[in-house]
Amino acid sequence: MIRFEGATKTFPDGTVAVGGLDLLAATGSITVLVGPSGCGKTTSLRMVNRMIEPTGGRIMIDDRDTASMDAAQLRRGIGYVIQHAGLFPHRTIVDNIATVPRLLGWDRSTTRNRALELIERVGLPASFAGRYPHQLSGGQQQRVGVARALAADPPVMLMDEPFSAVDPVVREQLQEEFLRLQSELGKTILFVTHDIDEAVKLGDQVAVLRVGGVLAQVADPATLLRDPVDDFVADFAGRDRGYRGLGFRPAPSLTPRSEPAVTLGTSPEEVRRSGNAWVLVVDDDRRPLGWVEPARVTEPVATDRLHRGGTVARLDGSSRAILDAALSSPSGRGVVVDDDGCLLGTVTSAEVVAALQSPPGPDSSGQP
Amino acid sequence: MNDVLKWLTDGAHWRGGEGIPLRLGEHLLYSGLALLVAAVLAVPLGLWVGHTGRGRYLAVNVSGGLRAVPSLGLLFAAIMLLGPRLSGEAGVFIPSELVLVVLAVPPILAGAYAGVEQVDAAARDAARGMGMRGWQVLWQVEVPNAMPLVISGLRSAALQVVATATLAATVGLGGLGRFLIDGLSVRDYAQMAGGAVLVAALALLVDLLGATLQRLVVSPGVTGQTGRSTARTRRGGRLRLALRS
Repeated sequence: MIRFEGATKTFPDGTVAVGGLDLLAATGSITVLVGPSGCGKTTSLRMVNRMIEPTGGRIMIDDRDTASMDAAQLRRGIGYVIQHAGLFPHRTIVDNIATVPRLLGWDRSTTRNRALELIERVGLPASFAGRYPHQLSGGQQQRVGVARALAADPPVMLMDEPFSAVDPVVREQLQEEFLRLQSELGKTILFVTHDIDEAVKLGDQVAVLRVGGVLAQVADPATLLRDPVDDFVADFAGRDRGYRGLGFRPAPSLTPRSEPAVTLGTSPEEVRRSGNAWVLVVDDDRRPLGWVEPARVTEPVATDRLHRGGTVARLDGSSRAILDAALSSPSGRGVVVDDDGCLLGTVTSAEVVAALQSPPGPDSSGQP
Repeated sequence: MNDVLKWLTDGAHWRGGEGIPLRLGEHLLYSGLALLVAAVLAVPLGLWVGHTGRGRYLAVNVSGGLRAVPSLGLLFAAIMLLGPRLSGEAGVFIPSELVLVVLAVPPILAGAYAGVEQVDAAARDAARGMGMRGWQVLWQVEVPNAMPLVISGLRSAALQVVATATLAATVGLGGLGRFLIDGLSVRDYAQMAGGAVLVAALALLVDLLGATLQRLVVSPGVTGQTGRSTARTRRGGRLRLALRS
């Protein structure tokens, strides 16, 4: 648990970067600090491991005042991940990961085994152990950065925009794996980002800061999107927050309509038989592959002829995913699959929206 | 050209109290000592300036200023000032060394502070943030990454010192400069050119030594010499790990 008690940072020139922050980051969960540049989010994070010394208030980790501890000792007990990974160019990947265990004086073989285990844990091939950072891509370097922070198994992690320097596709992967890792490890994480989408995706709790390091709102992501406390938070949460809020709402109970599907290699005549404008193609295990237009099929169905624009949703997923599946499908029929990824049937956006408009339970309060 | 070759290959010039090996030894002594003293002064100072960021302005200007000092002028000034206070050969030896040290300090100092300064800010931040103390950041992160520039500073200092150590002969000391000075006084151009060739060869050899040193102490992760042959680096990596464990 990290507790800010009136934490304040005033710089010598009188600028107040953080003005009396009170915040609790609960044990085992991800707390995201988010806000525009200049809101003091990074300063707040860096005050926790005293990379920046607070000028007022206290910061407690598990009821110990960080100011009372030796700064270097304190930092060795806190995982630290930064934007550009900050790997040491002269050290191999395995040696980079071994940094903190070595500072703590672990014996060599324990350290090495731990580092090798972490390389695989963060999804890198074991063969990377002897490579140098410059041989890795940005995303791979950031994975090493995370592994290095985890090396001594610290209960608390500080992550300062760790995923913002990589391209969107890699960022998405890193976010997914970060969540998977956190579900296994249950660290107490303080995470800084300027990206509200990342904040609501990763945070168990999101703290929105306004310029000057003043807390505007602290809430779980769904509440933040549904019920912003003022115009600043509403603006910051973004325009399509209604749609994004669906990401935190379970999919409504719908019964997918059965969808006639063909397999690869089906002849054009066979494909035209259903009479639909679009026909779904599945593999031998009935996993959806894509759509084809019978009118344009002249030879047996092949993978390179498939329209792959449609997303695929699961019945136990979010409302957003199922609505997106319907909206993104060229046929207007969103593909729904079971836990194994096998076709259950399709739903239309009209059906999803209708189901969303008549929800049972307390969520209906805002509806006419 | 033939005369030069004849002079260089003449066995008589390779023997005795005024032979090439002795002069070479003297030359190496003058150069090596000056380089050592300059490195002991300038490397720690440069690393400190780079690490703390303090005194950078001073370091830039001092090293720039020292570069502008004419060596020959300084040599005579130093002999006039220091000579009377020192006895015997020290009266010329110490001023000569002083000149060479002054010559060697600027490139070494600049290499050291620039080397530390250019270390990736994120790597330093991570080093501190993971709990390294100041000297651990310096020793484990900044110095290894500064090595290419530190060594290139030493190399360029070594080249200048080896070339300039010929000045020692003008004040009656030995070294390869003897052949130049003596050759000039008796108009023995073969001897002069032979001496010059020897100085140039020594400079090349010293630089080669520097390059080898660089290859030995700089991590392949810093030089980027890893992509070419993965097999070799992998073997190297294993070797290092084996040595460590």
